[in-house]
Amino acid sequence: MDPVNVANLALAGVLTGLVYGLMALGLSVIFGVVRVVNFAHGEMMTIAMYAAVVLFTTLGLDPFLAILPVALAFFVLGYAMQAGLINPFITRPEHSQFMLLVAVAIIMVNALLVIFGPGARSVQLDYLLESIELGPLLLDRGKFYAALVACAASAALFAFFRYTPTGRAIRACADNWLGAKVVGLNVKHYYAFTFGLGSACVAIAGCMMVLLVDVTPPLGPYYTLLAFVIVIVGGLGSMAGALLGGVLIGVSEALAGLFITPSAKSMFSFGLLILVLLLRPQGLLGRRP
Amino acid sequence: MDRRQFSKTLAAAGAASALSPFGILRAQSQRLKVGVILPRSGVQGFIGQSCQKGADLAPGVIREMLGVDIELMNADWESNVDTARTRAERLIQEGAHVLVGPFDSGAATAIAQVAEQRGVPFVINIAAAPPITEQGYKFVFRNFQTAGDIVRNGLALIGDLFRATNTVPRTAVFMHVNDTFGQAMARGIGAILPTQTQLPFKIVETISYDPAAKDLTVEIGKAKATNADFLLLVCRLNDAILLRREMVKQRWYPMGVISPGSPGMYEEQFFKALGKHSEHCISNVPWYNPNAELTKVVEKAFLKQNPKDKLVFHGLNAGFTFEAILIAADSYKRARSTEPKTLAEAIRQTNITSKMMLGGPIKFNAKGQVEGIGSACLQNLNLVPTVVLPQAAATAKPVFPMPRA
Repeated sequence: MDPVNVANLALAGVLTGLVYGLMALGLSVIFGVVRVVNFAHGEMMTIAMYAAVVLFTTLGLDPFLAILPVALAFFVLGYAMQAGLINPFITRPEHSQFMLLVAVAIIMVNALLVIFGPGARSVQLDYLLESIELGPLLLDRGKFYAALVACAASAALFAFFRYTPTGRAIRACADNWLGAKVVGLNVKHYYAFTFGLGSACVAIAGCMMVLLVDVTPPLGPYYTLLAFVIVIVGGLGSMAGALLGGVLIGVSEALAGLFITPSAKSMFSFGLLILVLLLRPQGLLGRRP
Repeated sequence: MDRRQFSKTLAAAGAASALSPFGILRAQSQRLKVGVILPRSGVQGFIGQSCQKGADLAPGVIREMLGVDIELMNADWESNVDTARTRAERLIQEGAHVLVGPFDSGAATAIAQVAEQRGVPFVINIAAAPPITEQGYKFVFRNFQTAGDIVRNGLALIGDLFRATNTVPRTAVFMHVNDTFGQAMARGIGAILPTQTQLPFKIVETISYDPAAKDLTVEIGKAKATNADFLLLVCRLNDAILLRREMVKQRWYPMGVISPGSPGMYEEQFFKALGKHSEHCISNVPWYNPNAELTKVVEKAFLKQNPKDKLVFHGLNAGFTFEAILIAADSYKRARSTEPKTLAEAIRQTNITSKMMLGGPIKFNAKGQVEGIGSACLQNLNLVPTVVLPQAAATAKPVFPMPRA
């Protein structure tokens, strides 16, 4: 096997994995703070992908420029969804939360089907067919830019939680919900704010993902499942774990396809999931409960 | 009127209607309800819509040709085999006299089972898996090449292409979509290629991939690593676009991309999505005869219904779908009945010589299969699928190896 080819495919796996990681980051952030598992996560990303396609086809807006309006809209949507719909379910049993979000996911998929139909949609940009030469390596230009955005968005999120008063307040709510209430923090607001942030993350991931794949309504459940695999491998609630999980899944799928058979790609990522569940149930960077 | 008189009158009326020419006229004035079942959405949506264009123009053309009234009952199987089965059931419940479709071997297999169980004739427009007409079905008919025929004709045309361009590629990497059609084609190639000793190349690697794949980076990376002279490809439409995009991104420039007989690379959407990168790809497929009288009639009707479109982008899909409906209408005209067994028997006796697609007359063998359907070598030239072989039907010369875009 040509080592350059292996390196090329591994690199492609890393780049795709970083976008996967950003998508899963949103799920991890929401669970880490609000303790609600968003079963409509992939569907939300699919909506973001459609938003990027619509902005491209109607206004000619490049998906990189569409990030700002789409992320902003998703922040508002996420905030409203948490404050108006999910918040009453936070203290209810987990199966109630599960049913609520699965119902939301189904409504989203069907709404997309009604509005856009089941056909695939994409953005056609010349640079998406170009590659960047890096010595003997070839970097897919679209994937490279998307991965850069994923890294920048993740870094911004890390910085927000570490260095801003709002970020610290959210972490306080996550660490000790009762204590946060006692010191006068508006926990409901911070929960909704976090859900908004997670939604904005998924919106950015959607704008980037549309550069890599054509979008159809049934993509939602696939990406929800993928996000779960990533956060479970990386550690549910761990932001760094989500990125690591994304990269691991991206690279392992690429190499499994190369060394075994392309049909084994998904099989390999689920194999990795089972391995992690058996050997380190809290995930690679997750904390023991 | 007492009971005995009533029975006599009824019997007399029945006999009169059965024997009189007016009875025949009444049967003829009845509409033939054709259940057209196609994948108008989902991964095969574009091809299904392309086939639908052939169905939509059929009633008008056939009314002019045969004087038969057709009512189309359109159903979308959404590129999902389970949906195909339920749509076929529903069409039959709603009164379809004959089913036509479905552009897919997996769906055709499912619909064939329904048609056979319910005893309703099913004329397959496009589906190549050989087992469909090997089951001893009485109501299933196919006016399309089997995978074996497609491969045999496709490989023969590859040999002709190499001879016409004085090229001798030694190696090929074979990539195929991993569905019923792709597997049937792969089996066909595995069985037939070793017997084609005149072909100069051997397959160095076979790579199968998911028909609903969203990313084919690894597959193309693997194919590129073989350094094969050309890519032998059995694809669908969406994956063909993904593959070609990925070849451009990975800067893989083999001598050519040749399909021995699959959809994808001659479809309008392929040109729209890829522009100049669609150029010079080759598909050896069953195609229409541009010089046939019926083709001209169909082309006129096509342009009337689709003023901004061209038949050449829908040649195979629209052509075979039209011919499937033509077979049903022609049989109905001869059978003078929509009774399923009579209609099926009439379909079995079909002998249509004035046809649109290349090859001999439409005649079904004992298995319900039309034999002798021809293929053409189509190359994408100036963003149009162009017949380059056989020379008798060619409108341009083949370009091989393909120049770098």
